[in-house]
Amino acid sequence: MTSLLPIDTLLTAACTWLAIGLLGLVAPRNTRFISKTLFPLGALVGVLVGLVALGSLGGPAQTAVLVIGLPDLPFHMRLDNLSAVFALLLGFVSAGISIFAAGYFRKGEGTAPGVLCLEYHVFLASMLLVLLADDAYAFMVAWETMALSSFFLVTTDHRHEEIRRAGFLYLLIAHIGAIAILLSFAVMTGGAGDYSFAGMRSQGLSPFWASAAYLLALAGFGAKAGLVPLHVWLPEAHPAAPSPVSAMMSGVMLKTAIYGLLRVSFDLLHETIWWWGVVALAVGLVTALFGVLYSTVQNDMKRLLAYSSIENIGLIAVGIGLTQIFHAYRMEALAALAMTAVLYHCLAHAGFKSLLFLCTGSVLHATRERSLGKLGGLIHRMPWVAWLALAGVIASAGLPPLSGFVSEWLLLQSFLFSPGLPHPWLNMVVPVAAALVALVAALAGFAMVKFYGIIFLGQMREPGLKDAKDAGPWEKSGLVWLALITLLLGILPSTVISRIDAATRQLLGTGLADKLEQQGWWMLAPISPERASYEPVIFLVTIAVALLLGRWLVRHLYHGRVRRTTAWDCGYYFQGPRAQDTAEGFSQPIRRIFGPMFRMQRHLPTARDTAPYYTVKVEDHFWYWLYLPLAKLVGRVSTLVTILQGGRIAVYLMYSFVTLLVLLLVARP
Amino acid sequence: MISVSGLLGQTFAILLALLLAPLLSGWVGQCRAWLQSRSAPPLLLPYYMLHKLFHKDVVLANGASSLFRAAPFVIFGCMVLACAIIPSLSTDLPLAPAADALALVGVFGLARIFISLAAMDVGTSFGSLGGRREMLVGFLAEPALLMVIFTLALTAQSTSVATIVETMARRDFVIYPSLAFAGIAFTFVSLAENARVPVDNPATHLELTMIHEAMILEYSGRHLALIEWAASLKMYAYSCLGLALFFPWGIAAGDSFAALVAAIPLLLFKLAIGGFLLAVIETINAKMRIFRAPEFLGTAFLLAVLGLLVRLLLESRV
Repeated sequence: MTSLLPIDTLLTAACTWLAIGLLGLVAPRNTRFISKTLFPLGALVGVLVGLVALGSLGGPAQTAVLVIGLPDLPFHMRLDNLSAVFALLLGFVSAGISIFAAGYFRKGEGTAPGVLCLEYHVFLASMLLVLLADDAYAFMVAWETMALSSFFLVTTDHRHEEIRRAGFLYLLIAHIGAIAILLSFAVMTGGAGDYSFAGMRSQGLSPFWASAAYLLALAGFGAKAGLVPLHVWLPEAHPAAPSPVSAMMSGVMLKTAIYGLLRVSFDLLHETIWWWGVVALAVGLVTALFGVLYSTVQNDMKRLLAYSSIENIGLIAVGIGLTQIFHAYRMEALAALAMTAVLYHCLAHAGFKSLLFLCTGSVLHATRERSLGKLGGLIHRMPWVAWLALAGVIASAGLPPLSGFVSEWLLLQSFLFSPGLPHPWLNMVVPVAAALVALVAALAGFAMVKFYGIIFLGQMREPGLKDAKDAGPWEKSGLVWLALITLLLGILPSTVISRIDAATRQLLGTGLADKLEQQGWWMLAPISPERASYEPVIFLVTIAVALLLGRWLVRHLYHGRVRRTTAWDCGYYFQGPRAQDTAEGFSQPIRRIFGPMFRMQRHLPTARDTAPYYTVKVEDHFWYWLYLPLAKLVGRVSTLVTILQGGRIAVYLMYSFVTLLVLLLVARP
Repeated sequence: MISVSGLLGQTFAILLALLLAPLLSGWVGQCRAWLQSRSAPPLLLPYYMLHKLFHKDVVLANGASSLFRAAPFVIFGCMVLACAIIPSLSTDLPLAPAADALALVGVFGLARIFISLAAMDVGTSFGSLGGRREMLVGFLAEPALLMVIFTLALTAQSTSVATIVETMARRDFVIYPSLAFAGIAFTFVSLAENARVPVDNPATHLELTMIHEAMILEYSGRHLALIEWAASLKMYAYSCLGLALFFPWGIAAGDSFAALVAAIPLLLFKLAIGGFLLAVIETINAKMRIFRAPEFLGTAFLLAVLGLLVRLLLESRV
């Protein structure tokens, strides 16, 4: 008997996830069985998927043909290095989320737990199948299953109207995206009728059709990933969904869209045209800047994180654009650097954003409050969640020594060595793009300080927060797992990159691993140590030594006496929780500096108000510029169509008859 | 590879930073007093302050959490690392590969996040106001600093601070326009980052205009001492970075002991001049309103980008 191939293991894992989901239907109301048995089992499968994918990295691509599918069109499956990197991400991150979910889902919250368990595991399995699919048909089936299962997960709490609306918006944009992807695949078959990816690879498309396929794919996958202007579903769907689902969607599902974009633009289309990169770069920059600015002004913690996800997706798109530009000019070493930044940021973002979303879940459970203005001081009641969230916050702000910094560092490095592009105009634009990326990174820090400071620090803004409880053991383990991922990705970049390098090598033909292996595991120097290097372990150790030595010296030379009293605050008398910054107050500088970027409605009290109040409402320009006019147009068109609907059977029969006649005339062989 | 003398030089550089940083603050204070016709405080005042603060009890606010107590040590650790990787006497620093110029910006960012979070921790009105303003200054200054570093890194084809300094030291003395832009931008950024006039006033007593001072209002005793020390270390780090990038002469390239010793008086001299110029800037300027700060730092950002473009367009063959 031959040994079990990784791809077989992964397919078995997908089936196991489906089976676990179906088991949930056996006792759909037995919360204990579902949360304490099925979800941990799902997490175990996740770890297995991660390990198998890790093991298969660097190996040759494996294919499998499933017996299911259409007649003459069975599902083709393929596991190559690109799929493996994303399967790795899916496995390890979903394991943490599943463990957390074991402690999260409780009785009496919307959908029955058993149904939820089914949807959740179908969602996981479909994402894995998206990564493994090797023909357009299998891909689209898995992709749609993913969209539908996540739609049902988003609308778990379907009794609230705004959640139903959010779900509808999500479904709508997901389908607009799916149509674009389908069209892109259709273009890539080149009329040959071969829908397998192997067939698409062998098509030599003309630049025009290749560009069409690329732009359709960018729109389609961009809708799923949240690229501007197709981002509007993200800030609605994430707050609506239960936190583990938000974590899964933001951490993992958005990455499947990135996977799709990489698959199409670097694998299925083998020629890259330089302006594709410029398009991706521009869209990515707009998305990143837009996302980060809006995330700083949000007052709902999950919306804030959703906008921050948009920002991160924008940065990933910037990296993809840069890779395409370098790749088009055959500057493969730099392309490999940018591609590594892209893949690394996918991994890093999956870890820290899931972590942060799960932390909001714990806060939500402990306080029943999502609005930042009603939280505060939770570090006293929930120290575990607070300290673990700090790891996510530092990583998300792109600061050393955690994971977010590594990818940002790689991205800036690839910007820095861009001069030398044989295109004077690009040479000018790229540094300006780098300046914007730097601004985005700095603004992300602002958003994260707001997120963390308002939720966990300060005084409790509501009296009810005193009863908040720290996360339970399951939730804690899930958070610790993801924080560990964030830490390891932060301090062992060289080790990680030499593993995921196989995917870069597959797409671009060259990678960074050779350079990295010449240096030690502790050093990240993608070009040479003289040009740029970063040693996170030594970085961390130096700070830790200075910190501990400082503390030890201070304690020994002086004393460790501490007195507790009321805060000083310059002798200011009123020190209640209302004296602190609100969430709105904290972002006031941003609203003021970047005023034209927002659609704001403000009410400021005057001196004569007997009942003064202050409100500020910040809305997305794109709603008013794009979506509402579009919706109005659709409404008008549909009223025109209603003229045809007379309501009489005879008229409808006549329509059918005429259609038939026309078809017979047109479709005559 | 790492040599014993390199390690010694590294340790010496860190100790020198720890020792000299308060002196630099004292020197600037003294120059300011002279320029403003006040009687000058003693040069060693910051040391007396640190000594006094270390002896005092820590008075913690009731609402202070563990993060509040940990933050001063973290900030101090960050600043020590920053001083360790910026070449002050010699470019032969075993710790230098641990963080290049981009990571250096990250170190400052990390310290900033911690001090802002600590400021929000007690939950007083001034604390959160200070934290918010610090982040405002931070997100405006950080990209400008990165652009300055980009300009220099393009010239040196490297982001390693040591390599940049070595390249700069070896070049002929010509005023490059890109360097001039970068230098002005760097000066603006350093003023803002170190809470100096015209962005912030270190000697202010008016709470509503404070940035840095508002954040540390609740600190006392050893915690305050560490924060003050870290602040002077930050000023020392920025001064050394500016001197190393724009006036790199006299920094020893190898690890020879004689060159190291020769570099000390030159460093002292350059720091003294730099401190005096800082005092002059602080004397002839007034602190601006907080919402003028974005304009000030926006100018810095634009100048830095301009420097980068000039470097790319006009000097690409130099």
